[in-house]
Amino acid sequence: MSENKHIDEVSGVSTTGHEWDGIRELDNPMPRWWVWTFYATIVWSIGYTIAYPAWPLISDATKGVLGYSSRQELTTTMDAVSAEQADLRAAIAEKPLDEILADETLRRFATAAGDAAFKVNCSQCHGSGAQGSAGYPNLNDDDWLWGGDIEAIHQTIAHGVRFDGDDDTRFGEMPAFGDILSRDEIRQVAAHVVSFTATPSDPALAEAGAQVYADNCASCHGDAGEGDVTFGAPNLADAIWLYGSSEAQIAAQVRQPKHGVMPAWQERLGDPTVKQLSVYVHSLGGGE
Amino acid sequence: MRFGTEIVLVSLAAFAALAAAGLAQDSAFQAHMWVLFFVLLGSAIVLMRNTHFAPAGAASIPLRPDTDGYMDGPVRYGVIATTLWGIVGFLVGVLVALQLAYPDLNIEPWFNFGRTRPLHTSAVVFAFGGNALIATSFYVVQRTCRARLFGGNLAWFVFWGYQLFIVMAATGYLLGITQSREYAEPEWYVDLFLTVVWVAYLIVFLGTIFRRKEPHIYVANWFYLSFIVTIAMLHVVNNLAVPVSPFGSKSYSLFAGVQDALTQWWYGHNAVGFFLTAGFLGMMYYFIPKQVNRPVYSYRLSIIHFWALIFLYIWAGPHHLHYTALPDWAQTLGMVFSIMLWMPSWGGMINGLMTLSGAWDKLRTDPIIRMMVLAVAFYGMSTFEGPLMSIKAVNSLSHYTDWTIGHVHSGALGWVGMITFGALYYLVPKLWNRERLYSLRLVTWHFWLATLGIVVYAAVMWVSGIQQGLMWREYDDQLLVYSFAETVAAMHPYYVVRALGGVLFLLGGLVMAYNLAMTILGHERKEAPIGGAVAQPAPSLQSAG
Repeated sequence: MSENKHIDEVSGVSTTGHEWDGIRELDNPMPRWWVWTFYATIVWSIGYTIAYPAWPLISDATKGVLGYSSRQELTTTMDAVSAEQADLRAAIAEKPLDEILADETLRRFATAAGDAAFKVNCSQCHGSGAQGSAGYPNLNDDDWLWGGDIEAIHQTIAHGVRFDGDDDTRFGEMPAFGDILSRDEIRQVAAHVVSFTATPSDPALAEAGAQVYADNCASCHGDAGEGDVTFGAPNLADAIWLYGSSEAQIAAQVRQPKHGVMPAWQERLGDPTVKQLSVYVHSLGGGE
Repeated sequence: MRFGTEIVLVSLAAFAALAAAGLAQDSAFQAHMWVLFFVLLGSAIVLMRNTHFAPAGAASIPLRPDTDGYMDGPVRYGVIATTLWGIVGFLVGVLVALQLAYPDLNIEPWFNFGRTRPLHTSAVVFAFGGNALIATSFYVVQRTCRARLFGGNLAWFVFWGYQLFIVMAATGYLLGITQSREYAEPEWYVDLFLTVVWVAYLIVFLGTIFRRKEPHIYVANWFYLSFIVTIAMLHVVNNLAVPVSPFGSKSYSLFAGVQDALTQWWYGHNAVGFFLTAGFLGMMYYFIPKQVNRPVYSYRLSIIHFWALIFLYIWAGPHHLHYTALPDWAQTLGMVFSIMLWMPSWGGMINGLMTLSGAWDKLRTDPIIRMMVLAVAFYGMSTFEGPLMSIKAVNSLSHYTDWTIGHVHSGALGWVGMITFGALYYLVPKLWNRERLYSLRLVTWHFWLATLGIVVYAAVMWVSGIQQGLMWREYDDQLLVYSFAETVAAMHPYYVVRALGGVLFLLGGLVMAYNLAMTILGHERKEAPIGGAVAQPAPSLQSAG
């Protein structure tokens, strides 16, 4: 092979004597900085594996001289945060909700902590700004399906709405009037419900719906459509609609109502967090 | 009879697909077998229309013999397939980028992000990258061994078998058939077929090396071989699974829990290491010295960085599972092996760039060299970024964010894409006996469109990734500040700009496809040479020689 060696004219470096399809290789040494950096990473790596858990043994692994463990790191961080907030959380756990609202420090902390818990647990349905969306109530307004005072909000969050796993859950279910009323009656009553807050498509239709409403709906929704929080019967006389405000949407809801479900959070989040959530939701603007 | 055996085998396979569709246990498998049936039926018809009867003996003479004794048919087909799959892959990439920016573009059920995303990754990695590797490795191994491809028509089986794998994988994704393993989504029966194709590939490649007329094996072939062998091992182990039924699309992995996760990322990381790094280094080691017409900078460096790279890469997978249920010791090892991998990766960059010494002036006049240099530069950058992101403290910020996506794309668009484009521009005039490319000026256009696209893409993903990571960990008085949906909404402008970067890259790909097609058709555009007159070598260098 050495007889094929030749000196590259441009660089003055000898080639290795190999040649493939016209490609030769120069006999340059490896760059020093490259070699030393490579050694340095190896030395650093050996050091790191002495300091941290690294080498597998038969049933375990070396623990590392620093005694690091990612579980331990997590526990330590969590404990530090818990310790910092321990007094406030204990006070919230102890005190009734009205006292928390009255105490400026507790109210502030509960609102901030409730805000954080809301982002993790509630925003998926109610939105990041608690603005709701079709089928999911807006929590910023003063329209409450199940009551807007702090105790009622707490009850709703703790036990949920129409939630199977909780005996104290909020429960109310409007019958499917598609089996009870005729198609015309449903159109009439939908027009009548629209007339509480807006102009119906046909005043005569709304007029005819008044009697249907009085016979079938007023017992829960009230004579003037003001609703009733004891059954979770929505107020029909404001401009806030969960499933849409058009006559067709209202008629659909009369015929075959949708019933939303909210889980009970008491078991899952624990009482201090549910209290904080209640204070936060109460603070949003519509709390009574 | 020409194609006699092929017609019989393909027809039998089509019949088997039909039978499997009849016996199918689930509707997805049935639909998939119908797809297979029609693909094979179409292939059989095409073969039959091209058959002819000739006396035995005469039929064995190839219709269009390669004058230099090399088997370049599969390489030519591979070059065309690389270009076409590249366009498809970039196009689907633009689609998924737009789907992230505008969720309404998710069209149920076939074109949901969940199905189009593996379509994009497989199209660019396996269809574009895989075809580029197979085609260039067939070209390079013949030239550097001075031997015709081993195994006769086996090389054609590798080419067509690989295309069938791509079609089955892609249609499977759209039908919702997936193993849910990143970069290994195809189900068990497609995996088994790919194994057969891959073993055939190994036989062709290794057989050609065994019959070489050169005393030594060229460095490009070390890299290609390490890629073929390691991918075979990774593919088989990661896809070990038990099918629910021989006629069903569902299977269950042999591994469970954290072992399963580690096997998957051992595979996933080394798919990057051996497919997208080692394989394309093989490409670099042939096409850069050829295009620049200079010797490889350092033989010793190539040996050391090759062995260091393939030894260290295989252990680095656990860095994909930092801060998970994976034991701490495995996370540590994944991290330190990634750090040690830094210099071995850079060895390839040094050899690539330093091969230009004495020929840097060609950068002004040859946009193909410019492309190759940019590829090596992006290679160097992403192989620095990779070890950086494997450090646990960095990873705690970068993990699960768009930073990872940006990192992958600076490697995939910058390194894999650019070095492949350079190789294609080199190959096409040679393979079709053309004087030169249709237009070098269009190569410049491609260069700038692609470069701008990559820079926009990577820069935007750095910003969005770091912002995303910071928003996730933002606490005020120990209390969480942003909901997840708020961090998603904050990404919207970046996602729009990212899609724009993708569009630029796609446009570059279309310019290339046009340029290559015109070259193949034998056209030459009349244009002024780039950079004026060819520069003379500097006198100082001449005297140094």
